[in-house]
Amino acid sequence: MNALVDGRDLVKRFGSFTAVDGVSLRVEDGEVVGLLGANGAGKTTLLRILLGLLSPTAGTARLFGGSPTRAALSRVGYVPQGLGLYTDLTVAENLAFRARLFGVGAPPLPDDLEARSAEIVAGLSVGYQRRVAFLAALMHHPALLVLDEPTSGVGPLGRARLWDTIREAADGGAGVLVTTHHLEEAEECDRLVMMAAGKIAAEGSLVDIVGSLQAVEVETDDWRRGLDVLGSAGVVVGLAGSRLRVPGGDPAEVRRILEDAGVAGTVSSRPATLEEKFVSLAGH
Amino acid sequence: MSDWGLDSVTVRIGGVIALDGVSLAVAPGEVAVVVGGDGAGKTTVARTLAGLVRVAAGTVRRPEGRRVGYQPAGSGVWPDLTVDENLSFIATAFRMGAADAPGRIDQLLGATGLATVRDRLGAQLSGGMRQKLGVAMALLAEPEMLILDEPTTGVDPVSRHELWRLVSQTVASGTAVVMTTTYLDEAERAGTILALDGGRTLAVGTPAEVRRSLRGAVYASDHPVEGAHQWRRGAAWRIWTDGEAPPGGTPVSPDLGDVLIAAAFDAHGAAAR
Repeated sequence: MNALVDGRDLVKRFGSFTAVDGVSLRVEDGEVVGLLGANGAGKTTLLRILLGLLSPTAGTARLFGGSPTRAALSRVGYVPQGLGLYTDLTVAENLAFRARLFGVGAPPLPDDLEARSAEIVAGLSVGYQRRVAFLAALMHHPALLVLDEPTSGVGPLGRARLWDTIREAADGGAGVLVTTHHLEEAEECDRLVMMAAGKIAAEGSLVDIVGSLQAVEVETDDWRRGLDVLGSAGVVVGLAGSRLRVPGGDPAEVRRILEDAGVAGTVSSRPATLEEKFVSLAGH
Repeated sequence: MSDWGLDSVTVRIGGVIALDGVSLAVAPGEVAVVVGGDGAGKTTVARTLAGLVRVAAGTVRRPEGRRVGYQPAGSGVWPDLTVDENLSFIATAFRMGAADAPGRIDQLLGATGLATVRDRLGAQLSGGMRQKLGVAMALLAEPEMLILDEPTTGVDPVSRHELWRLVSQTVASGTAVVMTTTYLDEAERAGTILALDGGRTLAVGTPAEVRRSLRGAVYASDHPVEGAHQWRRGAAWRIWTDGEAPPGGTPVSPDLGDVLIAAAFDAHGAAAR
């Protein structure tokens, strides 16, 4: 394996604020790495350092084994959350522009996109726009793909199709770095790195990321009143169907609050969800 | 109390069928989640329930005009009004009296955690804050049915959790909630899921009923199978078939994502292969 991205002990301070605080991250060829974190966790700052757009206060960032120079950046394919397309140009014009920029031929279009190649991008649905952005980012066969919430706003089948494309690039040897905070995207990655407050909070598989965090689950016919009494007692409680969930809660305490209020139900401990992990890291 | 919802509703927009015989029942004190991709018809369902769309066929059961709270896609917040002004404007539009409106506004600002930013312009709110304000605006007149069009798209997980907490409290007070989303983990938390594809119903029911509605079976495979209905799951493949097991495939217990992808293949037939 070959490290395409190799950031070591990276620190970035803005005045007295430390946005990235001692983070190391590697992406190797052929692997899909998910970088997870809530807003303000430091994901974007880290990404900018790794791509050489921002210099670190301390630590080293290597891209393709060297400094992250402009030449190195030409081997990166990037799909930002805003997609980075010229929305007042057509599909064909967007791709032709990108092709000239990279000095490659415009890629062949799949039939359904070919039929719409003369349409203005702004008039296409989010799903089509995403596919055009993927074609634009992949046409020069980048060694590293950087994707920011690549399937946001897309339905199940559309999402599956986009992941087919991402996996095809990884199978061809590209490394892929995906920033996301969504479970369905995290599930598709080979390896996950979760940031919180500028540091790496957890690393590994989805199971490793959620770790030992449990949620207390309450099944009760009287869930409306259960929600009310737990909320009034200052417990962070959510609703899933007609079950109540208390991430990181103490089952004995939850049971006591419900009993005191005369709410009957069964209380059990369940593994927390990814979202509940985010919430517990944010200190809610 | 009777259910709200749609009975075999068909909607045509500019001659194109946007909804094709879609039914959805939403009980008071329950969340119904509408999922689907682009052009699936999610927004049309929300707008139809909000009374903004004329139906070509079928029946819409909705509370009388002012008893419906509707948040359009993109939050519905006016960017050049402050948080307070956005809420006051709605209060005026709903003819809420000076006796009720300020107290209700304070209550919602507390519930959404927006009390500290009440003088901030809508344009200067973070995505999560803007969506919470949009929900507060839709809730202001204490609707019997609350309709939220993609309130969590692009919202960070902590704000998303807070939005769901607000939805939970609303449901607990007996309001019927309908929300659209592209995130299936949200659908798992709903009482009822309506999955749409190109204006047609792929599946409808409780999360468990939707999972059981799958025809055929889903297999995991470490290699693709020629001509199969398949998609990637991590480094491996998932294969759906209503016939023989694929060579080397291991049957898996499908999650909601698998079920809806398989249902879309089933609906599209061989064309989607």
